[in-house]
Amino acid sequence: MPQIRMTVNGKEVSGEVEGRTLLVQFLRDHLGLTGTHVGCDTTQCGACTVHVNGRAMKSCTLLAAHADGADVTTIEGLADGDTLHPMQEAFREHHALQCGFCTPGMVMSAIGLVKDNPKMSEKDVRHGLEGNICRCTGYHNIVEAILDAQTKMGA
Amino acid sequence: MASQFGIGQPVRRSEDKRFLTGRGTYVDDINLPRQTHAVVVYSPHAHADIKSIDTSAAKSAPGVLLVLTGEDAQADGLGGYGQALMPEDVGGPPGFRTTRPVLATGRVRHVGERVALVIAETEEQARDAAELIEIDYAPLPATVLAEDAVKDGAPLVWDGAENNLCFPLMMGDADATEKAIASAHYVAKVHIYNNRLTTNPMEMRGTIGDYNRAMDEYTLYTSTQNPHGVRAEVAGHILHMHETKLRVIARDVGGGFGLKGGVFPEDALVVWAAGKLERPVKWVPSRSEAMILDDDGRDQTLDAEMAVDKDGKILAMRWIALNNLGAYVVGPGAVVPMFALGMSQGVYKIPTMLVATKAVFTNTPPTTPYRGAGRPEATYTIERLMDAAARGIGMDPAEIRKRNFIQPSEFPFETHTHQIYDSGDYATALDKCLELSDYKNFAKRRAESEKAGKKRGLGLSYYIDNTGIFNDRMELRFDPSGSLTIVAGTFSHGQGHETTYKQIASDLLGVPFEDIKLVQGDTAAVSFGRGTYASRSAHVGGSALKAAAEAVIESGKKFAGMMLEAGESDLEFVDGLYKVTGTDKAIPMTEVAKFAYIPAGPPSELGTGLEGVGNFATTMSSFPNGAHVCEVEIDPDTGKVVIDRFFAVDDMGNIINPLLVAGQIHGGIVQGVGQALLEDMVYDRESGQLLSGSFLDYAMPRADDVPSFQIGMSEVPSPSNPLGVKGAGEGGTVGATPTVINAIVDALESAGVTNMELPATPERVWRALSKAA
Repeated sequence: MPQIRMTVNGKEVSGEVEGRTLLVQFLRDHLGLTGTHVGCDTTQCGACTVHVNGRAMKSCTLLAAHADGADVTTIEGLADGDTLHPMQEAFREHHALQCGFCTPGMVMSAIGLVKDNPKMSEKDVRHGLEGNICRCTGYHNIVEAILDAQTKMGA
Repeated sequence: MASQFGIGQPVRRSEDKRFLTGRGTYVDDINLPRQTHAVVVYSPHAHADIKSIDTSAAKSAPGVLLVLTGEDAQADGLGGYGQALMPEDVGGPPGFRTTRPVLATGRVRHVGERVALVIAETEEQARDAAELIEIDYAPLPATVLAEDAVKDGAPLVWDGAENNLCFPLMMGDADATEKAIASAHYVAKVHIYNNRLTTNPMEMRGTIGDYNRAMDEYTLYTSTQNPHGVRAEVAGHILHMHETKLRVIARDVGGGFGLKGGVFPEDALVVWAAGKLERPVKWVPSRSEAMILDDDGRDQTLDAEMAVDKDGKILAMRWIALNNLGAYVVGPGAVVPMFALGMSQGVYKIPTMLVATKAVFTNTPPTTPYRGAGRPEATYTIERLMDAAARGIGMDPAEIRKRNFIQPSEFPFETHTHQIYDSGDYATALDKCLELSDYKNFAKRRAESEKAGKKRGLGLSYYIDNTGIFNDRMELRFDPSGSLTIVAGTFSHGQGHETTYKQIASDLLGVPFEDIKLVQGDTAAVSFGRGTYASRSAHVGGSALKAAAEAVIESGKKFAGMMLEAGESDLEFVDGLYKVTGTDKAIPMTEVAKFAYIPAGPPSELGTGLEGVGNFATTMSSFPNGAHVCEVEIDPDTGKVVIDRFFAVDDMGNIINPLLVAGQIHGGIVQGVGQALLEDMVYDRESGQLLSGSFLDYAMPRADDVPSFQIGMSEVPSPSNPLGVKGAGEGGTVGATPTVINAIVDALESAGVTNMELPATPERVWRALSKAA
């Protein structure tokens, strides 16, 4: 079985995985980082989104072995102690979550979107979220939160 | 007490931090020591006899611990799932009752019916072994659509259920309705297929069963809306044991929308298997499995007519429907057609009407409540009819509604279907929505769209919901440090009860918001409760919480009297303080609570500690209602419908937290839009095979399918409960679907299109335009 090493939320980790082990399984089952969720099996819902070398990616569609040597950030690694990341804070302020299941992936994708384009319009945000499904919020407050966080992250 | 955390304030949710930092606990996040993994083997046929099942290869596969089939369940005497409610139970006609087994024997009746359970050390081993089970099926002809099921000679799902009929339902006056329709100035007609949907909460249903032989106790972790309901079914009806032998725990639940108000075979299977293995058994489906194994929603076909006079006054309404129950009438499945008929009158005065349905069996998965559960079907039908009638007599769609609204002075208002509406001011809410949406300038916007080669339409609807079912209880317990715990019989699975209940308790008792905690979802911690569904929690749970607060205030008085050296009759409770009337002597509730725990002093009759139990039993439902307006723009070359603007003005009674109510409305609207434009659970008409079984095939609404919304409130406090609230969970969904379709029909009317089927996909819209041209 392949031996892999990576940095996850600033810590060096390693493990022995099967070739078919997905990055999301490695994060959840090997590292116990259960904040990254699995909501589908067709790379559609985005609940598993994490950052790999600074880019938002769906961890259900990457083999753990592919992330060998990578720098990975999950939802657990965003906040600085009790201080939430501006995107997390904006989600809280704007009531951009209900059941919370899609939320980690939504937040990680949203940060990726702002990084790629810090001057998004509402339309850009909606288009950018195409790969993340939320069943509860109707997206209205998610879009508001991201636009607000975009301003704060740029400040 | 008015504070920034009180009733009516937009308090930010205290539950959010754990979700935002990845510290929520959904079923798949729970892993128990010595845990095993289960995989369900299900029928690939819609209808077949099981000739034989050979599990020998699977049993000897690597890592396999146990393989169970329906014969094992029979040998162990396991029961099956029946009905929570049938029309017969409330004075209606008798119906054909079915029992859904946990694992099938002899015959399977829909794709996805459970046939075997494989348990192994790892999920991969269980999946590999499941492939090795050899089942010899003899396929039988299947019936899939309700309209096919009632035809002579249709394959029968159940021997003994003639014409596949489960039960008929009818309300109203057939003769008077026929007479009124026959002589009317104009009769609007619509044919509707309320498409079959699947819930798709983002967290799939997952379960973990555990058994401790030394204690002879079972534990079930499950993703449910109703932990005590699961306990009653699994312990009582399936495993035939006392309910207290089974502890059901639901931690964070990732959405439910009615689906998880039901109890499923897997809930019982993992408990049963855990008892055999004396190890935890975990089952978490993939999304594709969940879409096959979950129950579905909607699926009602109907023909409806509305007779009006030349002034737009409704004379009569009639609709004749078919409800597709699937292969089993299970849990609250029968409630859906009952609700649809019950709410069919909408918000209008109708001199006479007749509504009828036949609930029929087909070789498809069961249909059960999905957000709205019958109310969407009711509102969809009457609101399509209102638009068709307005068009037929050349009247403004807002005007025809206003001419027929039940008036504020007419409440309580009893409908022909025996619903007693509590309150409302429909014209005011509609006017607010028309104002908000700049209704009067629609023609200008339409002209702009036309310049760009697009067809713009405006749709409006007025929905009514029915909320506050059953009774429930809440407990309030202080601890010796003076902080407060709310023990809820309801179960929040996204709604934010932790925040709203704390607002209520803080407001009524003067305890700081941050010193209050919510306990829910554990049958060992909550003595009893009915869970959360049908938008019942603010109405029933909130009212029970108020009663619990009043009980606490009453009990606390005795301690406060001792502390203040005053008689109980001299005490009053104001703004969180017990005061001696007419003096400045006062003491806060939290100090009284601490005093109630001192080890010696207070006599026995005062009790040890301070707590209160509150109950509330609904005698009258609340009826949330509201106006929706939307504008669509359609590209005639592609048939693509874009929702350009969407407005809602809702009467949800008194509001506990406007931020959270708005969230419910937004999310509800998008589920209604999903039904209107995107979502369709399709089974092959002949084979009963699911054709839309993944997120690639079943179109879930995404952020770029919807606009931002403008919503407003038009509150009329409900007299049905002491908080004056109306349930906010479903109104958005109930209203949105007809609003969108009315807008599409309005946009296409000039091109000769008069009806639009659900969902209005680009292909369907394009074909309708091509056919009309």
